[in-house]
Amino acid sequence: MKYTMIKNTLLALTTGVLLFSCSKKLDLFPQNDFTSQNAYANADGYLSVLAKVYGGLATSGNAGPAGASDIQGLDEGSQSPFIRGFFNCQELPTDEAVVAWNDQTIKDFHNLSWSSSDPFLKGIYARLVYNVMVANEYLRESTDAKLASRGIAGNDATNIKASRAEARFIRAFNYWVMIDLFGKCTFIDENNNVGTDLPKERSRAEVFTYVETELKAIESELKAPRSIDYGRVDQGSCWALLARLYLNAQVYTGTARYTDAITYAQKVINAGYALHSNYRELFMADNHKRTGEIIFAVNCDGLRTKSYGNTSFFVHAAAGDDANDFGVGGGWYGYRATKGLADRFSDLTGATDKRAMFITSAFGVSPAQIAISDVGNFSNGLHVNKYRNIRADGLGVSDVNRDFADIDFPVFRLSEMYLIYAEAVLRGGTGGDAATALSHINKIRQRAFGNTSGDITSAQLTTDFILDERARELYWEGHRRTDLIRYGRLTTGTYLWPWKGGVASGTSVDSKYNIFPIPASNRTANPNLSQNPGY
Amino acid sequence: MSWSNARTTVLFVLSMLLLQIAFAQDRVITGRVTDANGAPVGGASVVAKGSSKGVVTNEAGRFSISVAPSVTTLVVSSTGFTGMEVAIAGKSDVAVTLTGSTANLGEVVVVAYGTRRKSDLTGSVTSVGPKEFQKGNINSAEQLLVGKVAGLSVTTGGGAAGGGSRIRIRGGASLNASNDPLIVIDGVPVEGNGIAGSANLLNTINPNDIESITVLKDASAAALYGSRASNGVLIVTTKKGTQGKIKYNYNNLFALGTIAKTVPVLSGDEIRSIVTTDAAVTGNNTYKNLLGTASTDWQKEIYQTAPSFDNTISASGSLGKMPFRASLGYLTQDGILKTNNFNRITGTLNLSPKFLDNHLSVNVNLKGSQTKNRFANEGAIGSAVSFDPTKPVYSGNKNWGGYYEWLQPNGLPIDLSSRNPLALLMLRDDRSTVSRFIGNVQLDYKLHFLPDLHILVNLGLDQSSGQGNNNIDSVSATNYKTGGYRSHYEQQKVNQLADVSLFYSKELKSIKGKIDVLVGHSYQSFLTKISNFPAFSYRAIADPTRPAKKDTIQGSEPVFLTDRPEYRLESYIGRVNFSLQDKYLLTATIRSDASSKLNPKDRTGYFPSLAFAWKVKEDLFKNTRQLNELKLRIGWGVTGQQDGIGYYSYIPRYSRGTPTAAYQFGNTYISYLRPEGYDPSIRWESTTTTNLGLDFGFLGNRITGSVDYYQRNTKDLLANVAVAAGANFVNEIVTNVGNIESKGLEINVNSAIIRKNDLSWDLGLNFTYNKANITNLLKNPDPNFKGQDVTFIGGGTGNSIGIHAVGYAPNSFLMYKQIYSSTGAPIEGLYEDINRDGMINNDDRYIYQKPAADVLLGFNTQVTYKKLTVGIAGHGSFGNYLYNNVNSNNGVLRAIKNPINFIGNATRDYLTTRFDNNRYLSDYYIDNASFFRIDNINFGYNVGGVFKNKASLRVNASIQNVLVITKYGGLDPENAGDGGVDNNIYPRPRVYSLGINLDF
Repeated sequence: MKYTMIKNTLLALTTGVLLFSCSKKLDLFPQNDFTSQNAYANADGYLSVLAKVYGGLATSGNAGPAGASDIQGLDEGSQSPFIRGFFNCQELPTDEAVVAWNDQTIKDFHNLSWSSSDPFLKGIYARLVYNVMVANEYLRESTDAKLASRGIAGNDATNIKASRAEARFIRAFNYWVMIDLFGKCTFIDENNNVGTDLPKERSRAEVFTYVETELKAIESELKAPRSIDYGRVDQGSCWALLARLYLNAQVYTGTARYTDAITYAQKVINAGYALHSNYRELFMADNHKRTGEIIFAVNCDGLRTKSYGNTSFFVHAAAGDDANDFGVGGGWYGYRATKGLADRFSDLTGATDKRAMFITSAFGVSPAQIAISDVGNFSNGLHVNKYRNIRADGLGVSDVNRDFADIDFPVFRLSEMYLIYAEAVLRGGTGGDAATALSHINKIRQRAFGNTSGDITSAQLTTDFILDERARELYWEGHRRTDLIRYGRLTTGTYLWPWKGGVASGTSVDSKYNIFPIPASNRTANPNLSQNPGY
Repeated sequence: MSWSNARTTVLFVLSMLLLQIAFAQDRVITGRVTDANGAPVGGASVVAKGSSKGVVTNEAGRFSISVAPSVTTLVVSSTGFTGMEVAIAGKSDVAVTLTGSTANLGEVVVVAYGTRRKSDLTGSVTSVGPKEFQKGNINSAEQLLVGKVAGLSVTTGGGAAGGGSRIRIRGGASLNASNDPLIVIDGVPVEGNGIAGSANLLNTINPNDIESITVLKDASAAALYGSRASNGVLIVTTKKGTQGKIKYNYNNLFALGTIAKTVPVLSGDEIRSIVTTDAAVTGNNTYKNLLGTASTDWQKEIYQTAPSFDNTISASGSLGKMPFRASLGYLTQDGILKTNNFNRITGTLNLSPKFLDNHLSVNVNLKGSQTKNRFANEGAIGSAVSFDPTKPVYSGNKNWGGYYEWLQPNGLPIDLSSRNPLALLMLRDDRSTVSRFIGNVQLDYKLHFLPDLHILVNLGLDQSSGQGNNNIDSVSATNYKTGGYRSHYEQQKVNQLADVSLFYSKELKSIKGKIDVLVGHSYQSFLTKISNFPAFSYRAIADPTRPAKKDTIQGSEPVFLTDRPEYRLESYIGRVNFSLQDKYLLTATIRSDASSKLNPKDRTGYFPSLAFAWKVKEDLFKNTRQLNELKLRIGWGVTGQQDGIGYYSYIPRYSRGTPTAAYQFGNTYISYLRPEGYDPSIRWESTTTTNLGLDFGFLGNRITGSVDYYQRNTKDLLANVAVAAGANFVNEIVTNVGNIESKGLEINVNSAIIRKNDLSWDLGLNFTYNKANITNLLKNPDPNFKGQDVTFIGGGTGNSIGIHAVGYAPNSFLMYKQIYSSTGAPIEGLYEDINRDGMINNDDRYIYQKPAADVLLGFNTQVTYKKLTVGIAGHGSFGNYLYNNVNSNNGVLRAIKNPINFIGNATRDYLTTRFDNNRYLSDYYIDNASFFRIDNINFGYNVGGVFKNKASLRVNASIQNVLVITKYGGLDPENAGDGGVDNNIYPRPRVYSLGINLDF
């Protein structure tokens, strides 16, 4: 009997084990992730994805400051974030910035000697395409049909539909950066299927037209200037990007569009914005209050939007022993400007032109200080104290440790629109006039000098003056490379600055460096992409 | 049937079984195997002649075997001894004395899903037993194997107490997927990925409980483990009970670890001289003014002489008629880096009763352990190399715990400066407790009506839980901003196994053949339970009188409090062994695996193998007396690898961002939902291995060995490759792309050089040659494709020095070619313009050497004279290169005159290069790291009978890590990283140990 019992138990056990194992238990899903079904179940889910559409400009991944990068295989903090990558591409190759570090190929930027295998270029390229992709995803999932199928109606549906224009703006903005840096583009929109379609290439001119068409298409769908929640784009942003796009149309397409540049700059100028009286406060921790002048900024926060590659990078990278002047706990001893930028100012002390913010507790503006004998020596050079993680209103910043900055990165400011207007008029655009141009420029000058002592005359208002004024007004905001190219001065011998081309006195370089190469790994992965000339 | 039900049932059945008294009809023979000197021979195999049934002796040389009444002879054998046949007619207890060297024809080896006579093996399998294990202070199972097996490399990660090792069989077959072999403990494939709080999950097993470790090297041997076997398999078998009187064994070891070598750095005086000279040249006194007057040897400050005690007591024998073995172990070991400690308690119980007229054999293995780790802050190692030697250890005031730190003018520490190495150690208290239970029940039921057919059931559970606290004091210069730091973590892993198989065995007398067949079903689940906690501010270590202040640190709140990643595997296995005339052996196996990690439509994979062996000796050299064994093996098989595949990587999904990565709309911060990249068609990589082997034995088997040649091709390589931008939500994804190919030769020779009454001398050598080559890495061919950047280094940000490139070994170094002056000194910043385009940029980097060794050597020898034994073991590695990151980071003036306005130390390499700036990518820093290491010299003395002959005593002493012969300029040429970067490893200690072993 005992044996029978054991045998039976054994048999039951064996059968049980077999039955159990045979049941289909191999379909598993992670506990904390979402399917598209539950991600888009309600308006909050849509808002979270829309936050990611914008957030691609502010953070490097899903964990702040790092840990769940959007971009793989690169250094998350230095190579994948948008602002830092954009800054490296737009400022480091110019007279406005030079870096002391030994991070991989970082010095190739200022030396104007980068190659198609450059990891920083790989990073910014990947970032731009990634941002476009997230915007596409939002557009695919927010169609009327999808909303209806998910039972989202009423106010929620209206808001989501309206926000589609914002996602299209963010996409157009990323495409603008791509044509500016790389010329031709990997082109994808919401009609591309993820995971199966190999993206096609579009030329610089084609994408120029695409960006222009998109912006014009959403112009009427976006909210009126300054009528939407802070941090979201409105018509002002749309017009500002169009103005910038048209100003550079000659470079992008071979056809000048100065008249259009004037039209759209004018639209912004007439939209009710005004210059903020204190230039310095535009770049401080509470610059989210400067909505009078800042048309669109990428929002950063020391606690809730943390990244090593947003404005936290500006304040650390430029700081040394003088970190306190930047409102951070410590410096990274890396970035400063060359004598090229110093020479744009007649007085570097900030006593006359208040935009000269070059003196810190550790560094002055003596010629010996500004001269760079060793690029690797952070002490050499013109130290830029433009961004400060300090609040103008005297309150504390959100990160008590002062590791991460609250400063929002101003993408479009009113003064740029004034400068575009003036330059486009000088270059023969119609629809504007020289007198208005002069008055716009003098508004900028008066804000900078605090009075009319810096005003210029109409005779002084030349395109060269505009280029210099742009350097003074917009330095370290990501404009310089584009400006120098528009003026034909990035690679040529017309204008030299210290260490241009890797030579202390500066040298001209091959004109291929006006456009960055398509990163080699992208071409490997996608045979549809071709390389830029010379690389 | 749920798992808890299954468990309850198992427990119930077990307890029922334990209550039963077995009525055996088979006879049970017990005995003891000793050598000529009376020392017990552990690990000897005892086989009932004429059957495939065998057991292995325990460490006391004891065995117990139940045999059919028809059996009259036992065959006893062990490596290095002459095999013996022992008549057992009318006996129940036999004493066996083995002599000389010998035939190991009857030796039993544990293989996949069973055991096999060594002479009948068809695959490339090496079994290592207690006699061959590394001696001395060994606290983790894999370290027993260092240098012992051709084709196997075990490299400790460094000298940390309780630290882990890198294990590679034939160099590994993957790029981005894991290259770790599958580890099977007593029939349970165990968790390989570790657990929070443990540096090495294998250290939860007491090495003293291990009977043997079998290494399955080729696919024909490993294919039964299917989708996890590409990197080979280690089968760990623990000691089992033997029938008879209860015998005890006590093993004790006391060891002292000492620092063997430190990184050569500059002295305080040298730094003062360099900085002073430099100030005179530059006219800038900034750094001169920072100099101190001390001469501190920081490396001396952080290391200590570290004692360790290891105790194991075991009992083995019969309870009633049930054989059992139980053991209890306690180890406590300090690391040579101050504050490092490892502590382990282990307990095991093995029961192997038989029931139902011996038709039901039950084997119960229970292993429990609790390890406690105190991890030292290993950042102190690098810090001790780079910290200014002109500064004292203590500042003389109470700030920052009293330790000297580099401060800003405002009195706060400089954010990016080096930290006081001793403060890093002393102000951090990082402890974990890891408990692990591995238990399994094996039931082997021989059908009454058809005794040739067995039903085998194996139910296993591997459950581990880890938790710990990392506390950093609020006075610490590293974490003062948050008022100290306290983090807590908890993780649990539950790995369940249910195997059911049928085994059929039949003698085919008419053709002098034998066939056995195994078919089975296996189900395994791997569940991880994670609890997440926020971090807190913390103060307590330096000043226990102050109340511990505990506030949540801003931004450290987890997004999710728990997580439960899991994967499951369902498999069918089949095996046929066929032998003809005991000369021709054929093994064919197949396994199918279905994994939850893969898309349902292609989640099942098949892994076949076929192997043939021919006992050439029996056919062609039957009468050649000098030749005792000659066997040719040919094997082919396919194995898989799925460890590199994410648990859910085929599913489209969205993940939630942390509260610190959100975007501000108006006054609200909106957290992200991010679409994740996925690969719906991901599958395991598969490796095809062809193996050709020859086993031989000459001169009365005084010389035995084997030669294996293999070729291995991995396809569908799991590689992290660039995705066409815009084609997926990631720019790189782990997918199946590419091929890698490796070839190798392994030679293993054991020789009994002297065999005399009082004197014997044994020598073992093994040789491994392995060469791996990436043959394809792309889905679409691209002539411009250079390869994939890998191997990030310390220093700068984002610098990588390695590449996976087609036509080269994995992880090859990609460097600038340094130009040297006529005197042979490297010229700073001057490299060869490889592509001749007139400028030096990333395109001028070239592939120079690789981290993997071409040749591995293992060596061991043992001389026994009367009761004294002296042994030496060593291993070497040749053709392997390292990137000296310690020098590239610290061997420059910039390291001394740090741009962040503090002084640091430089390695002595600075005196050679005189580099001002870091030149991370110069091939100057790639160094030949070939080496030969004497792992240990050990002495044993067999005292024999003590306490009126009631006990038998052996004493032993050893020195570990005796000597390293190398030209490598860094601290230690042996490196456990696949990328080949030498960057401040925890130095391997030199260990002196003294032990006793008592049988009673």
